[in-house]
Order: sequence, then structure tokens, then C-alpha cells
Amino acid sequence: MKRYLKIISLAGVMAALLIALVSCAGDDSASGESAAAGGDNTLVVFNYGDYIDIETLDMFTEETGIKVQYEQYVTPEDMYTKYQSGAIPYDVICTSDYIIEKMIQAGEVQEIDRSGMKYYDNLDPVYLDFCKAFDPENKYAVPYFWGTVGICYNTSMVDEEIDSWDILWDEKYAGQMVMENSMRDAFIVPLKLAGKSINTTEEGELLEAQEKLKEQKRLVMAYMVDESRDAMIAGDAAMAVIYSGDATVAMEYNEDLDYVVPKEGSNIWFDCWFIPDSCKHKSNAEKFIDFMNREDIAAMNFDYVYYGTPNKAVYDELDDETKEDTTIFPDEEALMRCEVYKYLGEETEKFYNRLWKELKAY
Amino acid sequence: MVSRGQKFLERFYIGFVFFLLYAPILILIVCSFNASKARTVWGGFTFNWYVSLAQNEEVMAAVRTSLVLTFSAALIATILGTLACIGMTVMKKNSQSAIMSVTNIPMLNADIVTGIAIMLLFVRFAGLGMMSMLAAHITLGVPYVILNVMPKLKQTNRSAYEAALDLGATPTYAFRKIVLPDIMPGVLSGFLLAFTISLDDFVITYFTKGPGINTISTMIYQQVRRGINPEMYALSTILFLVILVFLWIVNRIQNDEPQAAEAQAKGKVAA
Amino acid sequence: MTKRKMLAGPYLVWAAGFIILPLFMILLYGFTSEDGGFTFSNIAAIADPIHLSALGQSIVIAAGSTVISLLVSYPLAYILSKRTSGKTSTVIMMFILPMWINFMLRVLALQMILANTGILNGILGFFGLEPLHILYSRKAILIGMTYDYLPFMILPLYNAMCKIDRDLVDAAADLGAGRFIIFSKVILPLSMPGVISGIIMVFIPSISEFAIADILGGSKILLIGNVIEQEFNLTNNWNLGSGLSLVLMLFIFGSMAVMNKTDADQEGQLLW
Repeated sequence: MKRYLKIISLAGVMAALLIALVSCAGDDSASGESAAAGGDNTLVVFNYGDYIDIETLDMFTEETGIKVQYEQYVTPEDMYTKYQSGAIPYDVICTSDYIIEKMIQAGEVQEIDRSGMKYYDNLDPVYLDFCKAFDPENKYAVPYFWGTVGICYNTSMVDEEIDSWDILWDEKYAGQMVMENSMRDAFIVPLKLAGKSINTTEEGELLEAQEKLKEQKRLVMAYMVDESRDAMIAGDAAMAVIYSGDATVAMEYNEDLDYVVPKEGSNIWFDCWFIPDSCKHKSNAEKFIDFMNREDIAAMNFDYVYYGTPNKAVYDELDDETKEDTTIFPDEEALMRCEVYKYLGEETEKFYNRLWKELKAY
Repeated sequence: MVSRGQKFLERFYIGFVFFLLYAPILILIVCSFNASKARTVWGGFTFNWYVSLAQNEEVMAAVRTSLVLTFSAALIATILGTLACIGMTVMKKNSQSAIMSVTNIPMLNADIVTGIAIMLLFVRFAGLGMMSMLAAHITLGVPYVILNVMPKLKQTNRSAYEAALDLGATPTYAFRKIVLPDIMPGVLSGFLLAFTISLDDFVITYFTKGPGINTISTMIYQQVRRGINPEMYALSTILFLVILVFLWIVNRIQNDEPQAAEAQAKGKVAA
Repeated sequence: MTKRKMLAGPYLVWAAGFIILPLFMILLYGFTSEDGGFTFSNIAAIADPIHLSALGQSIVIAAGSTVISLLVSYPLAYILSKRTSGKTSTVIMMFILPMWINFMLRVLALQMILANTGILNGILGFFGLEPLHILYSRKAILIGMTYDYLPFMILPLYNAMCKIDRDLVDAAADLGAGRFIIFSKVILPLSMPGVISGIIMVFIPSISEFAIADILGGSKILLIGNVIEQEFNLTNNWNLGSGLSLVLMLFIFGSMAVMNKTDADQEGQLLW
């Protein structure tokens, strides 16, 4: 009995020591207890994980005196589930285009007042035009990063030059290809291969696409989202349907890798800032979005995240080598073959979900 | 009584299972010294991740939250669970199995169901913050405590307890002297499993956490998309080594204890 | 007597607040349709061939990993309980320690071991053996689940066996019982409570597991846990997700009732 008491008290001492130790290392207030809606000069920001240079947040607080409560999520669906519960009054959120469009249509997004914004003009009109696909007057969303979906392949494992999606049905590479594990991204491949729009709502076309994907399933090594990057780096897979951002990172570590946006066309995606209707600090949120557009801040975040930036002021300052990196900045011709996702409406969404579930259970 | 061959086989078997359990951990330790940020490429040996870890306040805050949250959740869960077990032993069989079924619910539900249900509860009646996380983690831990304490209680020798009562011991005294030492290993494993479950949980934590709060677990999951920061491997290595040292000290204490030596001697005779 | 019963009070209050109340919410969602009306369709949805096959796959994999963990752990716990009396807490800690490393990191490490160009195949290649293609298959999910839940099986078994009185074993031996008889008549029945706890702690959580299936199974195999997770998160159909969860709960309660029945005879005498 005494022995256990001794052990438990020892454990207690160890825990106390550990806590004391980490407390010394950083003294900022991690006690974020329910301060959410509280003080007036705060801002609750919700973003993808590891999708910002944290230093820019400190700079924002320093310059404006607005305290940032920074929250991160893994998938846009995680984000939407937590947002919808009303658990936390988020002030500004960054997420993917199709979710934003869905939220705009549900009336969950507030118009942004651009009158006080000094740095909005830094954004390249080319990309703002693309954004009109889901935000027709550019009044709800401000683009943060963008990219494409394409094929990343290992030149030491693939002999031919890849320029078409049809390679993903080639028996030669059975068990060596990684498919996108995100519903709409997976359907890009068969839809574009058949020359259809990625925003089709025709059930027949979608069924045909699903048939193609079912046929492909036995050739697929795994369905992955961003983890495909690691499989490509390790040389586990010969090719992967992947986001351009992940391809850039993978290519840094493995020289044999290459990336292509297939000739049949693909998707160009945007992650944007927007103000949800849960916002309690609208002017702070607008200040924050404007701050993100400022040249030096956008440049810091570009260096950290290294995805395509819609910020012209940042782009113009880049060295030629980066500008000519067609993985992040594909040439105009390739871009014009790409479509932006549109929200397909509830009915088609349900149909899509069904097709996806059937594919996974196939 | 036991042949040398059998002894060797037994040792080999223990070693083999331990090796399987620890192999992935060894890989993580190796990763913490890998200069390359990609986990599947070896970029040379470095200590840099440990240095940057120590300077990373965000990580330190998460470690602090995790330790406080996990430790208090496991402690409360252990107390609740152990008391419940003792109380249940004098209940009728039917009420016992009813309570056991309810207890298993948080364990059998997919994490996301428990997480969202508790989140909805807190959104309606209070806000999300440290308290909601704590409540969720306690709920998650209690079943493991009960499942570890219950079998021990069932094995406890009832006649020894009754003999003590007959000899004039108060129920509390008899309980403390006879039952508690007997069930202690179960209580300890229950505490440790509750601690483990709470430390590891991501989904429920994600849904019940307040703004700006991170645990080690939520931090790691958020990095999966863009690649795990090797500082996390360094953190795991440190955590691992600290506990290993702790174990070694505990082992020393036990060996010093005459009681333990006695028990050990007895064990040897039995073997 | 009643005083002792009171000790369960705090937990019962807790369970009412944090288990029963949330359960009511699941019931509420499970029995309403998306527009709010009462319906059984979310429960009946389990009859959908996709959901049935997902449930079947989950049961097979969870049962598989439970059986493997039991087979691996039983002899281990027995050997350990014989050899280490007096050092119980250290032994327990040795098994828990690996689990204090984050789940995600451990699973990713397993992935690195099992991958085509991974460590296991590296070692096999060194000895001139054929590489194995384990990752992204049912085998990998089984390995991952067994690995993750093994300590949950070892601990209750070990605790139960430490409790077995060595004198009983010796007495049986003195009376001429062979090893098999000692095992089947003494050790096995006395370790039963541990076996049952172990099975519950491995089987029940693993049946709703989905993360391992995603990472080690390459998301190619749909388990019931994946379906529920996707209904809640991806499709935002909490009603269907809740309905399926309720079915899963019923199924597990059913199988536990069966287990309790077989367990009932021994429990009577052992109960403290």
C-alpha cells in the first residue's frame, strides 16, 4: 500500500515538475477559457492547420492592439461542422472555394466592407476574376492562396511523358498510383477525361464517371489527400493525383518527381478569407483581411506556405526562378483549361455523396 | 521445475512482443534526429528540432494544456470509477449490468458521435473551454477505470474481509486494509489507461475545445495536412525518455522496499 | 450496505449528465428526418447493402484483432505474472508507455515500417527475401488495430493472473493434475474476468475505428466507423449518422448481453 502511495506521489511530483518546466518556457496565457466573445479588442481566426506564418499574427497584434485567438482545423468539413454548431463565434475564416459558395448560398457569409481597405488592390485581377465563379461580385471572399490539381509522377518509375488523365487507367501502373481521397477532387479525373465540366449536375454523366472510378479502384494503391506527398517522396507510388502545393513540396525532396496539369483540363482552387455571420468583431476582421493583403505580410506567408499567391505585389518581387516554376504558377494556357468549383446544390451534393460512398464500398 | 529451454522461450517471447510494441517508437526517435523535414527521407543527423522545440511557445502551451487536462481528467475519472465499482458490488445483478452498459457507451460510440454530442450539450448549457474539454475527457476515461477495477474487485477474497469485520474492524478500516491493497493494481492500470486515452484523443478534443486552446494531439493532427513538424518527434522522444527514467526510479523504489523483496522471493519460490 | 451503494452516486450523476443526456440527443437526431419529422428511416438505413457490408467488415476486422490480441497477450500475461510478482506497476507501465506517444505518430511510423519501400521490406531485401505488399490492405488494418489495442488486452489479463493464488496451482500439481488440467481447471477460469474486460476494451472501441482504416488501409475499405464519421462530417447528415450509431450500439449491447449470460454462473461466487 505504502509503495503505491509512494509511486503515485512520485508521479504527482513528476507531473508538477513537468508542468513547471513548460510553464517557464513560455509565459503567454494559454488559459483561453471562454474569453471568446469577451473583450472587445479580440479576433477569433479559423484557418487550415499550419497555413500561416505565426509571426504575422504577432505583428498584427503589435500594430493594431487586437488580440488574436487562432484556431486551426484539418479538413473544411471539420471546420463547417464546428462552425455550424455555433460553439465558438468565429470572426474570420479561411477555407476552400466550394465551402464558401455553399455558405454564401446559405446566407452564412457577411459582405466585406472594402472601403477601409488599403491593400486590396495588391490582388491580381486575373485571380479575382476566377473567384467570380463562386462569388460573382467579389463581395464575400478575399483570395489567400490558390493552386491546381494535377498528376505528380516519379520519372524513374514512369517511362513516358504524362500529359493525360488516362494514364490512371494504365494496367502497367497497377498498385502504384495514388488517387485523391476527396470526393469532388476524385471526380475531376473521369469527368475531365470524358470532356465534361467538373461542375456538371447531369446524373448520367456523374454515373458514368463513377463507373470509371470503380473500374480504376483495383489499380489504386491508396486514396489519400495530402499524405500522398509523403508517398511520392518515399518512392512508394509512381504517380498521384495531387494539389500543386503538395507537389511543390514533394519535388523539393525528390528530384525525380515532376508535376503536370493534364491537357484535358483540371480544377483551379482558391482558399479565401471571409467573414461568417457568427462574427462579433467585423471591423477587426476587415482590418485582419487587409493586413493579410499587405505586401510584406503576404510575402512572409508566401515564403512559409509556398502555394500560389494571388497577391500581385508579392509576385512581382519574386525572382525569375520562382516565377517560372510551373508547378506553383502554371502557364496561362494551362490555367485557362482549369475550372473553379461551383457549389452544385443540395440535391446533386446528396447524389455525389451517394456515388462516393458506393465507390468506397465497391 | 521449469526447464531451461522453456525459460529461454518465455524470455524470447516477452522480448519479441516488447520489440513489436516499441519498434514504431524507435523509428520516431530516429526521425527526431533527421535533418530533413520529410519523414521518409534521411537528411543527416541534427539536434536542431530539440532546440527549436524549446523555443516554440505554441508547442509548450499545448504541452502544458495536455498535461494539466489529462492528469486531472484521469485522476477524477479514477476516483469516480473506483467509487462506482465499490458501490456497484452491493447492487443487484440487474442494476449492475444496466450501469455497465451505460458505462460502455462512450467507449463504443465512434469518437465523432461522443464529441459532437458533448459539444452540443455544452453549446446549449455553457460555453466551450477548458471545462468542456475536461468533462469530455473524464467521460471518456471512466469506462476504462471501471473495466480495470471491476475484475479485481470480483477476485477479492470476500471471506478475508468478513473475517476482519468479525474480528471487530470497522467496514472502512477493513476496506482500507484488505480490499484497497488488493484492487490497487487495477486502480493504477485504470488510471493509466484513462490517462492514455485522454492524452491520445483528437476528435473529441477538437469538438469540445474552446478557441485558442491546443493539446499535443490537436497540434499534431493539424500538421498532418502540410507535413508533421519534426519538433513533434523531438517532443515525443523527450516524453518517452522522461517516463522511462521515471519507471527506472519506480523500479528502484520497489526493489528497496522489503515488502516487495519478500513478494519477489515468494514469486521465485512459486516459479 | 446502502451506505456503500452511495459510493456509486457521484458516478451515476456524472453518467446521467454526460452519457445519458448526450445519448438522448443521439436518439433525437436518430429518430428525426432532416426536416424535423419523426422517422425510422435512419435506423432502417442499416439494411442498405453498403451499410451492411461496412458493418460486416468492421465486425470481422474488430473480431480478428481481438482474437489476435488475446492469443498474443494470454501467454505473455501468464509468463509475466509468474516472473514479476512485486514489480506489477513497472510491468504495467512498460506496456502503456508506447501508447503515450501520440496515436497519429505511431500509426505513421507503422506506415513507414510496412510501406513498399519501407523498413520491413528493407530488412527482407537485405536477407535476399521477396518484398511484402502489406500496406494499404486489410492485413495492414488488422496489424494496426492489433498494435494499437494490444495493451488494452494485456493489462486486464496480467492483473487477473497476478491475482491467481500460486498455492492453488501448486496444490493442483501436487494432486497430480497435468499441465493441461491445471490450465483448463485452474488458470483459465480464474483469469476469466480479465479475459472479458480485455475483450470488451479491444472489441468495442475497435468496431467504430476508422482512422486506422484510412491511413493503413489507404481508404479503400469502408468500415461502419467511416460511414458514421462521413455522415457527421462530410455530408452533414447528423440524423443518419446518429441512426447508424444507435444500431451499432444495439448490436454491441446484444453481444454483451450474450457474454454476460455465459459469465453469470462464475460471477455469483466471485463477487465480493
